[in-house]
Amino acid sequence: MWRNRFIFICGLLAISAYVFGAAAIPEPISTAIPAAERSEAPEPKSGPTDGSFAQALADVEAELSARSSTAISIPVAEELTILRRLSLALHGTIPSLEEIRRFESDARPDRLDRATKQIIEDPRTADYVAERLSRSFVGTENGQFIVFRRDRFLNWLSTELNEGRPFNETVRDMISARGLWTDRPAANFITAAVTDDQIDNAELTGRICRAFLGQRIDCAECHDHPFAEWKQTDFEGLAAFFETTDISPLGIHEKSIAEIASQRATSEIGEPMVPFYSEGLTDGESPRDRLAAWIVDPQNKRFGRAVANRMWWLLFGRAYHAPVDDIPDPGDESTRLLDILGEDFATHQYDLRRLIRLIASTSAFRAASAIEGIDQSRFETAQDEWRIFPVSRLRPEQIIGSMLQAVQIRTADADDQFLFRLIRFVRERDFVDAYGDPGDEVPADASATIPQALLRMNGRFTRELTEANPFTGTGRISAFSSDVDTAVATAFLCVLTRRPHANELESIRPWMKQSDATFESSQLEDLMWVLMNSPEFAWTH
Amino acid sequence: MSDFQPHPRLRSRRDLFRIALGGGLSFLLPPLSLRASEQRGVERPASLITVWLQGGPSQLETWDPHPGTKIGGPTRGIETSIPKIQIAEHFPRIAEQLRHLSVIRSLSSKEGDHERGTYAVKSGYRPDPTVTHPSLGSLVTQALPNKSLEIPSHVALASGTWPPVGGYLGAEYDAFKVSDPGGQMPHINPPVSTERQAMRVNGLDILNRSFARGRPGQLERTLQPETVRRALTMMNSEQLEAFKIEEETAETRAAYGEGRFGRGCLVARRLVETGVRAVEVTLDGFDSHADNFDAHVARANELDPALSQLVRELRERDLWQSTMLLCVGEFGRTPRINSLDGRDHWPHGFSCLVGGGGLRSGVVIGATDPEGGREPVDPVTVPNLHATILSRFGIDPDEELWTPIGRPLALSEGTPIERLLPAT
Repeated sequence: MWRNRFIFICGLLAISAYVFGAAAIPEPISTAIPAAERSEAPEPKSGPTDGSFAQALADVEAELSARSSTAISIPVAEELTILRRLSLALHGTIPSLEEIRRFESDARPDRLDRATKQIIEDPRTADYVAERLSRSFVGTENGQFIVFRRDRFLNWLSTELNEGRPFNETVRDMISARGLWTDRPAANFITAAVTDDQIDNAELTGRICRAFLGQRIDCAECHDHPFAEWKQTDFEGLAAFFETTDISPLGIHEKSIAEIASQRATSEIGEPMVPFYSEGLTDGESPRDRLAAWIVDPQNKRFGRAVANRMWWLLFGRAYHAPVDDIPDPGDESTRLLDILGEDFATHQYDLRRLIRLIASTSAFRAASAIEGIDQSRFETAQDEWRIFPVSRLRPEQIIGSMLQAVQIRTADADDQFLFRLIRFVRERDFVDAYGDPGDEVPADASATIPQALLRMNGRFTRELTEANPFTGTGRISAFSSDVDTAVATAFLCVLTRRPHANELESIRPWMKQSDATFESSQLEDLMWVLMNSPEFAWTH
Repeated sequence: MSDFQPHPRLRSRRDLFRIALGGGLSFLLPPLSLRASEQRGVERPASLITVWLQGGPSQLETWDPHPGTKIGGPTRGIETSIPKIQIAEHFPRIAEQLRHLSVIRSLSSKEGDHERGTYAVKSGYRPDPTVTHPSLGSLVTQALPNKSLEIPSHVALASGTWPPVGGYLGAEYDAFKVSDPGGQMPHINPPVSTERQAMRVNGLDILNRSFARGRPGQLERTLQPETVRRALTMMNSEQLEAFKIEEETAETRAAYGEGRFGRGCLVARRLVETGVRAVEVTLDGFDSHADNFDAHVARANELDPALSQLVRELRERDLWQSTMLLCVGEFGRTPRINSLDGRDHWPHGFSCLVGGGGLRSGVVIGATDPEGGREPVDPVTVPNLHATILSRFGIDPDEELWTPIGRPLALSEGTPIERLLPAT
């Protein structure tokens, strides 16, 4: 009850703030662009734009076409569709109408490349990518509050990404972290594995292998891997790197072997060993430092491959090799593309933005997701070979984020008023609770469920967000559109990031249009409802 | 790695095409005489009701008291309808019904954390970071679809922190969560008039067709139109009455108890009558690290009337042969009483009740050490309990499904407990 009142009051305050703020943009569908965005704007800073990027892209393209058995020519997707893919993958929401207008007003031929860079460098990318990565780094649970602070870890990771720190250094900090989980956020990577006041070496080992080596060796904890070559001794050798890691009220620290030995029979202390590339294991201050250095060693190809596969997964909604964290050995023919991406990542200071931009610039990422005139089997083969962009289900936070964005007209970002963000946070959490958080991985072909359909059709979020009042997109489109066609087109742009097809317009016009060519705002509410409940809205494509 | 890997959902996809074929005709489908609600006795397709005691109930304050011992604390035992078997004094009504059930006093699990323990007892597997195993209710629901059902076939009432999930079978086998049983159903009423709703559904059809164009088979793959159709069918279904308790007499409602859990048990009975395959009802509040004894008396005041009334009514309505009942939590509690008069987590030698569905009744399996030792006599693993229940549903627990991680997993790692199965 109190929470509801609180939210209501916050809502009123935020809405007033929003209205005053929004007054700066009187025309919601204005095509005006800020001066800074015009052609004289400086080239956005980013990774190298020299020949090496073009070369890397050419190598990726060569590999993609070498692995393709389809002779059909696939059209390139609409630019707005690509903009939507990027925004969903990297910001967790669809682009705002404001962003669409700005993009369309850029007349330069390379506007898509420029927009790609801008999206990657936007702080929202650091925030969202950090959220997604943290799921594989520390899991989705809040864990034991006493020794684990997920929010601190997340903020730290987001800052690291935003500052463009080489990713190998970030990872090394996590694995070798020392100190308190409150003031050394990276230490939460270790404390996420604390159960009953003990560091669970096995959990940590499994997590590190999945997240940074793209290998699932968890089952080798108890027995030799049934298919892969992992032996139980491999697992034990890796887990032994954490033997000297200890947790106390002063934080994560290292104990000496002598200390450990005084507590246990020395024969119980395992010998730290790595299962491959053992020549890369060098001396270091502690076993953990040695392991961290070995994992991110440029010669240890698995690290780059694992990150590349995960970034591919983030952008496409499907890993290049599934499952995302269990990929073949380097050099394996089926994943040569990951070798190329991983190599480029390593030779360019583990620049995550460059890696993302490389993947986002491929013909695979820019391919259409629909093609007329082929049968299902050929279609799916082309999809599997990355000739057709795969459709995959959005995650719950992407859906609610997109619903909120669709009715907001302006870009929802860190500049929003605090209260508006608070409401957004509470709503997002409630929605994700009701929708079901699938944790780290959603199978690419995960299906819709009845509770989700009910929530989207009848839930409070949809009702409030589609309601036509002066504060929602529906109300503002309704107020500012002079005729049915403009209103329908704007609604489509806001929700689906595209304009209606002619046949859609023809079907929708009759039920929108009154005798005098105007429409009721309730009809626009219905249209917004339809768009938000459409499969197109809930899937990347 | 890229070899053909048959996926369990392929089977249900085939089902889906069948559903799709019959889509337009679905209203003609179940003639009233075939409705599950009118079938009785052994002929009736079976259902599973799990009464989930969240937090880890103390075996010593429920079905395995040790009165007069150091570990027993102040809890006394009472005689039950199974000769020479006592349960905790706070359950006089269940004591009367106990001969229709069986008691396992030596369940053992390896997980002493709430989340992991819940996973282990609900799925029969230890948590594995690379795959999510389906809950028992999801396995049963997937194996035995009820085509005449317009409401979800797997329901969690008064749903707790970790409701049962479909795991690798797919999210469509997750339990449908109803947090306030007998109250308002979540998101079931359309927010607009019937005319506008019809308009909206038509609009959706336009968008579905747009999405399908140039993407052969992909719209079906999303299950979205099918899910929306089923959600709409559900919104208009008479079977929704099963979630309501207004038409039950005040006397019946009082017998179950008017709390969330009591209402949940009553709704569970109504759902089973309608043909729902698996229902879970949660009673929370067993995590008694302090004041263990008061906490258990308070829980017993809800559990005793509701569970005993559920058994009584299922029997009176001739539903007992076709309804399996399992009452269990994620683990038990320590024999040792701590300084706060509480008991801590104890996954060794905890208790459950199981019965109905043609299982043998009046059987008592295992015993815990009156001195509080760790090892119970005649231990029963959770997978063995699952295998027993699956086999009574006619499901082979050894059947293996290909999972998304590319290896086959058995439905259960256990073997059925012969003593609970009817003589053949």
